[in-house]
Amino acid sequence: MSVSRLGTSAVLRGLGAAVPSRVVTNDELSQRLSTSDEWVRTRTGIAQRHVADAGTATADLAVEAGARALKSAGAGEADAVVCATTSPDRPMPATAPEVAARLGLPNVAAVRVDGGCAGVVYALATGAGLLAAGVAERVLVVGAEIMTRLVDPDDLGTAVLFGDGAGAVVLERGDADQPGAIGPFDLGSDGDLADLLAIPAGGSRRAVDADAIAERANFIHMDGKEVYRQAVRRMVESSRNVLEAAGLTVDDVDRMVGHQANARILDAVGDRLGVPVERRVSNVARYGNTSAASIPLALVDADLRPGELVLLTAFGAGLSWGSTLLTWPDLATS
Amino acid sequence: MSPVYDRVKELLIDKFGVPADEISPESTFEDMDLDSLDLVEFALAAEEDLGVRISDEEAEQLTTLSDTVALLEAKGAKVS
Repeated sequence: MSVSRLGTSAVLRGLGAAVPSRVVTNDELSQRLSTSDEWVRTRTGIAQRHVADAGTATADLAVEAGARALKSAGAGEADAVVCATTSPDRPMPATAPEVAARLGLPNVAAVRVDGGCAGVVYALATGAGLLAAGVAERVLVVGAEIMTRLVDPDDLGTAVLFGDGAGAVVLERGDADQPGAIGPFDLGSDGDLADLLAIPAGGSRRAVDADAIAERANFIHMDGKEVYRQAVRRMVESSRNVLEAAGLTVDDVDRMVGHQANARILDAVGDRLGVPVERRVSNVARYGNTSAASIPLALVDADLRPGELVLLTAFGAGLSWGSTLLTWPDLATS
Repeated sequence: MSPVYDRVKELLIDKFGVPADEISPESTFEDMDLDSLDLVEFALAAEEDLGVRISDEEAEQLTTLSDTVALLEAKGAKVS
């Protein structure tokens, strides 16, 4: 299909990903949690996840994915780095400057975007904004997570869901009718529901003291059922908003790349939007929920064809959500 | 049965793949092979379709289909 959107735009030029080598299957988790492969698969669609070893930090995965994205763009450098992560190497400083420096990009603009599982869509919008503002000519946008460090290993409601990984894209300034053009964006939040998905301790609200540790408050707490409901509702609304803003309908969408949290959420969103099953991209079975890394990891796996209109939609802690559209370019990926 | 019951039956058949002959007022969600997430999805579908919100707590208390229809009707569910 053809999309005509006038004006300048951010254009996607490169794509790369990195995941830790160790794979943890549902059967392995079932050895210490009272669950089973069948239980996890039927409720989440997840069969396995990649898990970082103790010596690997989020920036390590981000650097690997970022280098691959720059290579795929045929570019040695970028003049800004936006890193979406919920699981930074340290509470301070932001992970992005270290990622930039290790990629050989000293002194460039570098910032972390904390949009939970919707972070990468916010980071893409941030990158597009830096281009539009004239701050940068080429932006590296990374989503990188070591979520397995944030989950309570004994909490069945979350321990089976998350995985580790990173994905990155390169954005450059271009025209809205070029292959790779990205936008418009629909972004939103509902902070009244912040407690539905949160790590209660470890910030200025509550220290990680002995009580917090005893209550496991230093780990992710999630009201899974309400999050499920909100995720479906918000991704559907946001997808409709972004299509309307672009003057398109769901029939124009060649592929839907939703945040890979749970296969059943993706199906519920696809069913409501009317996206046929064969147009929905899903790799949650292999990686679990990798939060801000999930959409770029799915883009790598999706086998997208140049010219296809791709709908990206994500939802996560905050609550935060966001959607955008892009015309798939002809890319060398690795 | 009521229009709400008929609509709920349609939802269960169309969206949840429950065979029609397994659906009766006495059927439980368990009988129909629906798990806890199906119940969340059912609540969401009922909200979209019938305009009433069932909370997670209320959904957890539901056992039979007739209970469910009674709750939906008490909340003012309308079939359009």
